[in-house]
Amino acid sequence: MEIVETQPGKTKLLLGNEAITRGALEAGVDVATTYPGTPSSEIADTFSYIAKYLKNKGEKPQFYFEYSTNEKVALEVAAAASFCGLRALTCMKHVGLNVASDAFMTYMYVGCKGGHIIVSADDPYCHSSQNEQDNRYFAIFGGAPMLEPTTPQEAKEMTRIGFEMSEELKLPILLRTTTRLNHVRGPIILNKPQKPRGKGYFEKDKMLVTVPVTARACHSILLKKLEKAEKLSEKSPFNEIVNIGKTSKRGIVTSGVSFNYVQEAVDDLKLDVRILKLGMTHPLPRKMCEGFIRSCKEIVIVEELEPILENQFKEIAYDLGSDVKIYGKSTGHFSRLYEYNPNIVIDALSKIFKVKNPFLESIQSKIKLPTRPPVLCPGCPHRATYYAAKKASPKGTIYPTDIGCYTLGKEPPLEMADLLLCMGSNAGTACGLAVATDQKIISFMGDSTFFHAAIPAIIDAVHHNHDVVITILDNRTTAMTGHQPHPGTEYDGMGRPAKPIRVEDVAKGCGVEHVEVVNPNNIKETIEAFKRAIEFKGPSVVVSKSPCILLENRTKSKTREEKIIYDIDEDKCDQCKICISRFGCPAFYSEENGSIHIDGQQCNGCGVCVQICPFNAIARKKEVKR
Amino acid sequence: MTGKTSIVLTGVGGQGVITAANILGKAAVNAKINVYVSEVHGMAQRGGSVICTVRMGNVYSPLVTTGTADAIVSAEPIETLRYIQYANKKTKVITSINPVIPFTVSIGLETYPPLKKIFEEISEHANLYTIDALTIAKDAGATITKTIVLLGALAATGVLPFKSDVLLQTILDSVPAKYKEINKKAFEGGMKALKKI
Repeated sequence: MEIVETQPGKTKLLLGNEAITRGALEAGVDVATTYPGTPSSEIADTFSYIAKYLKNKGEKPQFYFEYSTNEKVALEVAAAASFCGLRALTCMKHVGLNVASDAFMTYMYVGCKGGHIIVSADDPYCHSSQNEQDNRYFAIFGGAPMLEPTTPQEAKEMTRIGFEMSEELKLPILLRTTTRLNHVRGPIILNKPQKPRGKGYFEKDKMLVTVPVTARACHSILLKKLEKAEKLSEKSPFNEIVNIGKTSKRGIVTSGVSFNYVQEAVDDLKLDVRILKLGMTHPLPRKMCEGFIRSCKEIVIVEELEPILENQFKEIAYDLGSDVKIYGKSTGHFSRLYEYNPNIVIDALSKIFKVKNPFLESIQSKIKLPTRPPVLCPGCPHRATYYAAKKASPKGTIYPTDIGCYTLGKEPPLEMADLLLCMGSNAGTACGLAVATDQKIISFMGDSTFFHAAIPAIIDAVHHNHDVVITILDNRTTAMTGHQPHPGTEYDGMGRPAKPIRVEDVAKGCGVEHVEVVNPNNIKETIEAFKRAIEFKGPSVVVSKSPCILLENRTKSKTREEKIIYDIDEDKCDQCKICISRFGCPAFYSEENGSIHIDGQQCNGCGVCVQICPFNAIARKKEVKR
Repeated sequence: MTGKTSIVLTGVGGQGVITAANILGKAAVNAKINVYVSEVHGMAQRGGSVICTVRMGNVYSPLVTTGTADAIVSAEPIETLRYIQYANKKTKVITSINPVIPFTVSIGLETYPPLKKIFEEISEHANLYTIDALTIAKDAGATITKTIVLLGALAATGVLPFKSDVLLQTILDSVPAKYKEINKKAFEGGMKALKKI
């Protein structure tokens, strides 16, 4: 456990997310909360690993950590700890802040007591997200001071120092990161971890009860705090001017990971420029920005996604009456789309500053390569559920889906995902589809998603008697983000035994009259269960319960249990290809002569293919030691 | 490009590409060299195409500019060609010859090009080194060491800014005692295989 045991002063290679956790430990964080989501997950997972590691050593962690039910709950739990004077950290992916936004907006009004860092992990290019919203707008929207790290080392320092800044301003700090910071490893110089405060005390304060009269007063206080924050921003070590080469009237303004690409580009193009590198981007250090504008004839703004710095710089230049030329998205040199990289920045800067781009010709393969989209793993219980549901459902059935591995059921041959907006939307959209069409509706969501955001929609279905089948793919974990526990599991994020809440009990408690629990690895029974649920008039719930195959295999591997794999009897096989073209297990492949085989390396031994083969050609091969 | 080393590592989710990139990063820190490693997490890991980049020395960006990789190390042939835009004539491209058939090919939607054609295409653009990493890994004692074989081959090219011993020691430090011998064999097997080419 290097992250806790390495001596202060030493340099360690850490992931950006691990660096944030380390920064929080160096600031003596008391309470950390989250709902897992790529690219933020490893921040919380690191707290979880540390807690479990210490528990196994017989030591008690000095912090409290939880995987909360959703991001809103996570923010509320941590905010309460801050009100008691403790230091808190809440991390989430960008869209998680939408869920937490109800708490977030008014939290800025009342402010915090103990330092509180709220990490938003944005995902330009939607590497693993349903949108690429720019959460810097949330800082402006809610009135949160914002820090944007460039490197893992800076992420650690911003987290550590951010706690102090938060306490000085009595405002939570938004630490806004992007995938290319969260999932980049870099050298980190370790500082000494601080001892947390332990227990706090809640001092009653009428200003914490945001009835209208208090809220009006709080809004005014928030604006005063932001004036103070602007003064801090002017002095912040995270805002700096970097002069490169000879004295120049050419300026570049940038923040976050874009600074890395700018430095690389300036190096490669051998430019003489002044770079204003902004680490604290809300509130902007207005005086510093004014000085920078005055010192330049032309300024290039390099920021991924929305033109937030660009618009603010235009506003400041306008107020100054400056005739500085500002290049960026509005001049067409940069895009509001996707993630940047050195090529994009080099290309734009070479055009603006009229220097030759030495990298123009990059080679491309002349051979057409097959694509390799992510797929459901061999042995994934979701595949079995989808296969059975498809068999049971009439033509024209609509399959609203949700956020998780099971979204991969969208791909052929299953094609069991028709509609997706956000966490929990499967059940809400199912209700609306039932109102708007006569088509059958079978919706799908995971167990963690069910607890996170779907329960109100199920209550809606019950209260209004919507004729929908709502399926919970209960694989006993939050699989896609790295197998985190959730309210349905028998343990919590600190490795302590926890009361598992059963999906079927909640559904029944919500008033669903037709609730069935099935094991999807039994295809025949699962088909029958879906048929009964479809026939039932009104809302019905199918809980398809089987653990994630990766998790199960990991347990088997630890206990050295034998691995079962399956094989095809070529004499019996009719080469009908149902296993490939309908079931779609990636462990199957066909040779040029048409013969079908199972790749023993990939087979995870679920045995579902045995049940779907019409020729009884598949059987257990052998038991192999792992 | 003095003082900068850029390595691109590719393969299929689950092959150990991220682990290999992480080990290279740790080795650089052990050699007291500045380093950034870029990884892929989340959805792409489910059997999808994976690319990691490792940049060492006087560098700022974890991402590699096209045409500037010193080496491309790949655990799967078509994944090598998929990222060939990072190569130039001097780039050392080390690829495992063992295909992992994408599911789009298994269900007949797309075709996997012949290995010979893939390797010819790569050779047109860069210096190709083909390695039977799977067999070397099996001989070493565990197929999972396939990416360690590739790291051994990478070390043998001489593009790394530190000695191969530093890399081997970093690998040995990151595996449990009982797997040290297997990993050492895999690494040395990879080195030998490259030197033979």
